[in-house]
Amino acid sequence: MDKPFAITLDVGSSLANQTGSWRVERPMYVDLLPPCNQACPAGENIQKWLYDAEDGSYEKAWRTLVEENPFPAIMGRVCYHPCQSVCNRGKVDEAVGINSVERFLGDMALEQGWSLPVPAPDSGKRVLVVGAGPSGLSAAYHLRRLGHAVTLRDAAPLPGGMMRFGIPKYRLPRTVLDAEIKRVAEMGVTFELEHRTEHALDEMTAGGFDAVFLAVGAQIGKRAYVPAGEAARILDAVSVLHDVEDGELPLLGRRVAIYGGGNTAVDVARTAKRLGAEEAVIVYRRTRERMPANDSEVEEALEEGVLMKWLSTVKHADAGKLMIEKMALDASGFPQPTGEFEELEADSLVLALGQESDLSLLEDVPGLEVSDGVVKVDEHMMTGYPGIFAGGDMVPAERTVTVGVGHGKKAARNIDAWLRGGERPEPSKHPVAEFDKLNPWYYADAPHAVRPRLEAARRASTFDEVVQGLDASTALYEARRCMSCGNCFECDNCFGVCPDNAVIKLGPGNRFKIDLDYCKGCGICASECPCGAIVMVPEEG
Amino acid sequence: MLKQVEGSMAVAEAVAACRPEVICAYPISPQTHIVEGLSRMVKAGTLTSCEFVNVESEFAAMSVAIGASAAGARAYTATASQGLLYMVEAVYNASGLGLPIVMTVANRAIGAPINIWNDHSDAMSQRDSGWIQLYAETNQEATDLHVQAFLIAEELSLPVMVCMDGFILTHAYEQVDVPEQAQVDAFLPPFVPRQVLDPDEPVSIGSMVGPEAFTEVRYLAHARQMQALELIPQVSADFKRAFGRDSGGLVRPYRIQDAETVVIALGSILGTIKDVVDEMRDQGVSIGVLGITSFRPFPLDALREALAGAKRVVVLEKAFAVGIGGIVSSNVRTALAGQPTANYTVVAGLGGRPIGKDSLHTLFEQAGRDELEPLTFLDLDHELVERELARERANRRSGPSAENMLRDVGAVGPRLH
Amino acid sequence: MGAVPVKFYQVGSFAVGNRLLDPDLASVQSDPERANSLTSGHRACQGCGEALGARYALDAIMRATKGQMIAVNATGCLEVFSTPYPETSWRLPWLHSLFGNAPAVATGVAAAMHAKGRDDIRVVGQGGDGGTVDIGFACLSGMFERNDDVLYICYDNQAYMNTGVQRSGATPPAARTATTQTVGPEPGNVFGQGKDVPRIAMAHEIPYVATATVADLRDLEAKATRAMEFRGARYLHVLVPCPLGWGSASCDTIKVARLATQSGLFPVFEAVNGEVTSSTKIRHQVPVEEYLKLQSRYAHLFRPTRRDDVIKKLQAMADRNIERYGLLEPELAPAVPAAMSNEPVEVA
Repeated sequence: MDKPFAITLDVGSSLANQTGSWRVERPMYVDLLPPCNQACPAGENIQKWLYDAEDGSYEKAWRTLVEENPFPAIMGRVCYHPCQSVCNRGKVDEAVGINSVERFLGDMALEQGWSLPVPAPDSGKRVLVVGAGPSGLSAAYHLRRLGHAVTLRDAAPLPGGMMRFGIPKYRLPRTVLDAEIKRVAEMGVTFELEHRTEHALDEMTAGGFDAVFLAVGAQIGKRAYVPAGEAARILDAVSVLHDVEDGELPLLGRRVAIYGGGNTAVDVARTAKRLGAEEAVIVYRRTRERMPANDSEVEEALEEGVLMKWLSTVKHADAGKLMIEKMALDASGFPQPTGEFEELEADSLVLALGQESDLSLLEDVPGLEVSDGVVKVDEHMMTGYPGIFAGGDMVPAERTVTVGVGHGKKAARNIDAWLRGGERPEPSKHPVAEFDKLNPWYYADAPHAVRPRLEAARRASTFDEVVQGLDASTALYEARRCMSCGNCFECDNCFGVCPDNAVIKLGPGNRFKIDLDYCKGCGICASECPCGAIVMVPEEG
Repeated sequence: MLKQVEGSMAVAEAVAACRPEVICAYPISPQTHIVEGLSRMVKAGTLTSCEFVNVESEFAAMSVAIGASAAGARAYTATASQGLLYMVEAVYNASGLGLPIVMTVANRAIGAPINIWNDHSDAMSQRDSGWIQLYAETNQEATDLHVQAFLIAEELSLPVMVCMDGFILTHAYEQVDVPEQAQVDAFLPPFVPRQVLDPDEPVSIGSMVGPEAFTEVRYLAHARQMQALELIPQVSADFKRAFGRDSGGLVRPYRIQDAETVVIALGSILGTIKDVVDEMRDQGVSIGVLGITSFRPFPLDALREALAGAKRVVVLEKAFAVGIGGIVSSNVRTALAGQPTANYTVVAGLGGRPIGKDSLHTLFEQAGRDELEPLTFLDLDHELVERELARERANRRSGPSAENMLRDVGAVGPRLH
Repeated sequence: MGAVPVKFYQVGSFAVGNRLLDPDLASVQSDPERANSLTSGHRACQGCGEALGARYALDAIMRATKGQMIAVNATGCLEVFSTPYPETSWRLPWLHSLFGNAPAVATGVAAAMHAKGRDDIRVVGQGGDGGTVDIGFACLSGMFERNDDVLYICYDNQAYMNTGVQRSGATPPAARTATTQTVGPEPGNVFGQGKDVPRIAMAHEIPYVATATVADLRDLEAKATRAMEFRGARYLHVLVPCPLGWGSASCDTIKVARLATQSGLFPVFEAVNGEVTSSTKIRHQVPVEEYLKLQSRYAHLFRPTRRDDVIKKLQAMADRNIERYGLLEPELAPAVPAAMSNEPVEVA
């Protein structure tokens, strides 16, 4: 073509004009800490495994998950999912059903027989873990992965701790529990059951262990003084649940009162219903809002016909009846007695007022510090005695399975560092991806898939699992509701919204790159990034 | 084929024979008959592969032509007078972009006062628009010039305006040898655009050019018109070989050998002038005529050569630049710069006023005696304008001059108050 | 209807793309091989909505026509920032003639293509609001009336930005421009009818008229693509915020456009043969104030004294649009293939 001078130009020639020189700020891709990850007591990289699950790469997702937690099938049933409470999606419609996806992955792994990662080469170090509850099992798993020889001792005939003897079957089927523990055992952990550790230090020395992790839990039910007539039948919750697990049916009668407001109280009430009680009444001194029990548990209990008596204390127990005093909350929210009384018919009273640890095995360990019934540990989970670490319910923390699992992991990594002669530096955390860093416009309204439940009538009389899992399609759907807070999920928005075509798409899995030759620094990519993974930073100079 | 035909229809048939692909038209007298004829041919299917677009204004007409031409189509439109002014922005744009559009201007006066009759004010207003301007003396020449215009335009990638006097030519029935399709096909090759909008070879046409290159762009436009000075005579010669007729070229001398007085004019008035010159030559007066066919580019050299022996030139023009005088004559003066040749400007035929042979006789005789004023308005009613000027001097707000003067000549009755 | 909603993925309907989306459902802009009809190095201001809107629309048309298209541009920002000698940012055959003649020039191109039997090559005319609703309006109306085979796209930034932000026929009431300054008792642009070119286009009963914004890429792409399914005159009116003229932050260009739609001030709809056939519903309605306060051209409505009277009148305009186009009515369930429905699906 005979192009007239200056009038007619060759296409695309403006690439010679590098508009990047206009820029005073440049966009930068960042990875922020999603609130779910931050909230997870087990330190799971939830956002990452949901991302893996989104495209149906379930095994990859599961493998990401078990990097931090070897028990997805258990977690997916018993974890109170603090991740969902802080999920940013809750501010858009409803929180992502993280827990249900976790369970789905866990169950799929069991079905498919996926095995846990192969341990690192033998370190030559031996570690004793005392207590085969969630914390001990988690520690054993992580220690094995790091190449250490692990001996796991527990007084009970079966491993699992409170997962077996505290959590009823309808919440955690034993087949699931056994299968996930078996996988840990298959990594080469030596289980020594029905072995009560009387003196931790002696066993450490005698067994030639290089380190010890103590996770004996809190198995003793707290006994509060309740004035009672001779014929009154008073039991403690831990024993009731333990007996049920052992197949010994406790004599609870037709009408059971449970005293306390925690998850254990709810577990006992629901268990009582299943054992045939006509009436299970939870007596709690405060209100429902202040009840420590998990809301979904309370909801399910109510659906099953468990009764609740709020603002009530048990003043006296007699055969077949209780004297209840009505309470009122004062200005600071504490319950105060009102002097009003009423009678409640009850054949038995189960006390669910919390548990204590049996710390007798530590009596002669020098340097160890115990206060308020729990063992003090430093930021590396180590007790005052070098080489002895502790975690789970026996150290100061919230007492949940997930916290225990998290302690186990953290202790294992610190034990590893200690065994290798160093200290594990506290891993640096990215800033949190708070909701106001997101652009929630981009998230379509899609309420979460509610896990199907056994209809109340059926579950109230059996120990079948109440909450059912998601099927593959709903799990996928749920995973895809994740907003990937603070982490690029390749939605192409930055690539699309740049008026200067200054974002380069690097292809699947490789995210994007800013073309600084042309980026004018307008900031639209950062504003329109749905998940807040782009920030604008000033140009230097 | 020789036929008795209206000028407009002869032009329409010639244009059709050039196989235009897009014709856009907006009605304005006296150009309408041309596009009416073309619209009929397109609708009847005798002119094929051609889009006839009835646009909403002359501005749109030229704009449609611009788009069509840039897309590689042979594009044609026609206009006159106010219509030409209304499309001016696009007229300049077409030449600036170098698009070989051919447009007929059926010359007509410009208002106000509104006037539909012939003069050259419209085309002259566009003399600096960058278009080539060819003025036809006869309907035969108008017809032939259109065929040549497409060739010139496409060869140079410049638009060409073919100017023909409104009514005098457009509406006159006379014998015209209308070019045959086969002849035109042999003469005018298919349009091969220099630049074109083509998805297979995309370009950006119509950039913004700043001080760093604007002068060069303008110079190149001028250089291209200078190339036209060579091309136009060639095309005329080729045309003569193909069609056997003299048409076009830069200038058209008539009996100027040894002429002391040379009358210069454009368009159809040349016929009348030639008659007068013949009569005066018969009386022994040394006078000749030089017709200018190509007003843009202006053939300075050709003029200089043709006027080498003349003592004086009388430039008779149908338009003028208010506030200074002749337009053509100032161009002629440029050609004669440094020569002792006397130069008289005569403004004649404005708004369709007939130019009579008697007046021309008188005028040329006066010129021969060098009794002419440098600027003469032929057949001006001096008495009338003097009265109006006197009235204006007496009362600065004397009402619209045109109405006053028309009242003076009795064309408008006194208004009843 | 506009874009087929892709609700399945977390951001399917709203973000530019998604790594999981079926390629057939992916937006043009998410494609690394997109045409980039307007490429880098152009001289538009930071955060220019028009540069964005033009690339969105033209890339979609490039895909729809398999690259067989020609664009004609009116004078204005888009032309000036894209083609200053010696560089052009266009990557398609492109012609700029004048400010007021783009629709007619486009007609000429289309006529040429038709005459040459190349109806496969499609023609797009484009310009800003000044070139469309004001100076180019006669040519636009003529092109509509003749039903020429041209898609004309107006990138509406509601004033003459190229010349320094003067009022156009598309400038909204109360807005500050260089010729409607914030002085006197009624600061900013006057309240009047304005020039609602989409409705005027509909009155010509041309085959297809649609409005869109840079805030809803999929909708814009769907409309640009759908427009190419019709022959004859088509009109697409795209709201493109101008950070310079509107006094909004350069990073807020899309946000401002979004709020224009979510407040109801800019109705997004489409019309076939002169009748409205669908409108894009408001997802999260906001009061007009949310939209106004991001733009310094409306700052005088908030300081030094708050002009509730004026804000109320602007709200009334939004409410009228909401009523007229049913912007808050429930979306009729579109008949979409299962793969695009809200129901979970398996990934192959």
